[in-house]
Amino acid sequence: MSEQVVATEQDLLLSRFPEVVKPDERKGYDGYIVDSKALLDFAKTLRDDLGYDYLSSVTGVDYLPEGKMEVVYHAYKTTGGAPLVFKVQVPREKPVVPSLVSIYPGADFQEREAWDLLGIKFEGHPNLKRILMWEGFHGHPLRKDWHEPYYEEEHKPYKSRWPEGKAFRAEDRNPFGKNVDYPAGFDPAKWTPDISDALIYEGLGRIEKPHDDLPTEQIIVNLGPQHPSTHGVFRMVVTLDGETIVDLEPVMGYLHRNHEKIGERNTWLMNMPFTDRLDYLSPMSNNFGYALAVEKLLGVKPPERAEYIRVIMAELTRIQNHIFAIGMFLNDMGAFFTPSLYAIEERELILDVFEAVAGSRMMVNYFRFGGVARDIPEDVMQKIHDLAFERLPRRIDELDRYLTNSEIVRARGEGVGVLTAEQAIAYSTAGPVLRASGVPYDVRRAEPYGIYDRFDFDVAVRYHGDVYDRYLIRMDEVRQSIRIIQQALKQIPEGPIMTGKPQYQHRVPPGESYGRVEGPKGELGFYVVSNGKGNPWRYHVRAPSFINLTALAEMAKGHKVADIVVILGSIDIVLGEVDR
Amino acid sequence: MSTDDLNSPEYKDKIPEELQGTVAITTLDRIYNWGRRNSLWPMMFGLACCAIEMICTAAARFDFARFGMEVMRSSPRQADVMIVAGTVTKKMLPQVVRLYNQMADPKYVVAMGACASGGGPFKEGYNVVSGIDKYLPVDVYIPGCPPTPQALIYGLMKLQQKVDKQSIKEVYREAGKEIPIPVLGPDIMDPRDYDKIREYTLKKAEAEAQAATAAESAQSA
Repeated sequence: MSEQVVATEQDLLLSRFPEVVKPDERKGYDGYIVDSKALLDFAKTLRDDLGYDYLSSVTGVDYLPEGKMEVVYHAYKTTGGAPLVFKVQVPREKPVVPSLVSIYPGADFQEREAWDLLGIKFEGHPNLKRILMWEGFHGHPLRKDWHEPYYEEEHKPYKSRWPEGKAFRAEDRNPFGKNVDYPAGFDPAKWTPDISDALIYEGLGRIEKPHDDLPTEQIIVNLGPQHPSTHGVFRMVVTLDGETIVDLEPVMGYLHRNHEKIGERNTWLMNMPFTDRLDYLSPMSNNFGYALAVEKLLGVKPPERAEYIRVIMAELTRIQNHIFAIGMFLNDMGAFFTPSLYAIEERELILDVFEAVAGSRMMVNYFRFGGVARDIPEDVMQKIHDLAFERLPRRIDELDRYLTNSEIVRARGEGVGVLTAEQAIAYSTAGPVLRASGVPYDVRRAEPYGIYDRFDFDVAVRYHGDVYDRYLIRMDEVRQSIRIIQQALKQIPEGPIMTGKPQYQHRVPPGESYGRVEGPKGELGFYVVSNGKGNPWRYHVRAPSFINLTALAEMAKGHKVADIVVILGSIDIVLGEVDR
Repeated sequence: MSTDDLNSPEYKDKIPEELQGTVAITTLDRIYNWGRRNSLWPMMFGLACCAIEMICTAAARFDFARFGMEVMRSSPRQADVMIVAGTVTKKMLPQVVRLYNQMADPKYVVAMGACASGGGPFKEGYNVVSGIDKYLPVDVYIPGCPPTPQALIYGLMKLQQKVDKQSIKEVYREAGKEIPIPVLGPDIMDPRDYDKIREYTLKKAEAEAQAATAAESAQSA
């Protein structure tokens, strides 16, 4: 049945766009290659006629040997199902692609990222500036021929350091003794300082007011990057008319740790601990997504027990992330640290479980391709059991009792930061933000991965799309996660936890793969391209926190400046994932 | 806290027996440091993953209020310790240095975790500063990725020991001295390095020109 549907879809697309749309026939690849001239029409057809209303991921790949740049798009139907992948190929010397922002506004930040890191120009983009690096930075770092100051070799493990163990510090080889490099002929005395800020202030919208009104001046206020309520090093530039927000622009990149560039030098397995540090509040989910993406390429399937362990760990992660998020959200509302203390108390108990199975509280590095690293010992299993059946349900009810009907939470939450269902889909928001706006889209249901199709749970959904609903939905999801863990604990079989022998070097067949999970923050996707060598050719993370921020300006406009802190708190971002 | 911590050992015998425990004879340094070491106020300043462990250290289970550090100040003007909790990126570095300059003397820097100490797993990244000690004077380094709350508390206790040993004369010697704020150019630039940068880029340009002419002559030959 489903194959038939796909076939008709393909026929329709190919007949409507003869010559300009071709199926991608490279080995291990999937989807369509679209001529850049036809891209806008193609995307419009997808959205309006075929129902692919949700553009999940936009990224670029630098195919240096072929002399091509490729832009890869993943689109979904919000009613569920597999993605439709389409690509545009352009020459490396002149990479220009039409922008899809007019059709899918959610492409905004992702296109800017591709411009910043790969130098792909998106024609018609309303605001094509660098997003993670600053204006004036030399070059586009994710290009394959761009080398960082501490560059040693294309791929790890570096031969210069192994096998004779000639240890040296990268600083010693750099003329400055620091991680810096400058282009030839550059003169610092003639340098005009960073113009990023000027560009931001220029781009911000202002409103024209009728003259008979009281003459007021609109002012620009910076919140962050060092600000106690931005959840890290995030910055918002806000135009204010009195106390009211006229326009807002999020500024990020203050924690851009070059995850993808480092990931492309690493071996496949080396990236596993790096994924922990993406969304450092929910490392198990990050491991899960990356393991899925590579397992698709490798064609391995974890054994039953490992599948159950994965689900238990991912759901425990969701619980600890959500209760922490609720605690911090209350911080943002002004209830400084008391609700957080309740949240952190429970979180510590879950971290104890992580420490017992993985050896580390936060950076677990627990998943492997084809299984997990260690089995859960008997006493830890008992601990998880006690948490899931006894302690957590009680404590969630307690939090609920204290907070949900609190007059302050309701007054500051209801009707604030509203995002309608249409907007939520258009801006490609994911996770609790999307579901609080009335779109029951959950990857665990829409395209079940692992063994999620075996469990009985409800996709939590709320319909107002405001801050209060985004708080409620986290409560709902914690309860559903407890339900899943309870079922998993009853069903988990004995047996091995790993398919095949543990390996350091994986031989990954050439091809592309996209693994996605429903992380606590939303859809977390890993797009990897292998060329058959020991390292990924391309390693891209579709980070939900980053893309959810696309909708921030829309949510904030018209509210008071004090509300912006609460609205940001309700999205629940983690900067490690926003900036990567 | 007993008076023994406060008394200077050499004067301890001079206190009459009936006043032992009520009166203390001490030096100015000692009582000054006693006050400072028990109220080290950290700045509420988190950069990355380590900040989450810092929050846990402040919360119920570990609770660094036991050491007089619970007053996390959001403003650098009111803080004594800057806990650099996380990866310092080049884009963030000017702000970090500016925050350090804004702190009142005496001030301390704790490099929490691998990234702040030396770049950590992200050391080779093009936007990563490989160790905050390249720009700021660091007092205590705490290893770990991230360090556990126990490790952070141990590091802060080490800092208390450092405070104990300082003299009021040396504490203010560097007062008011500002560190030049790095500039975002094609890469991060320390204003003190401008001459070196010019020298380096000129050499690089020459080398490139030479390589180009060599390639040309090889082609024509």
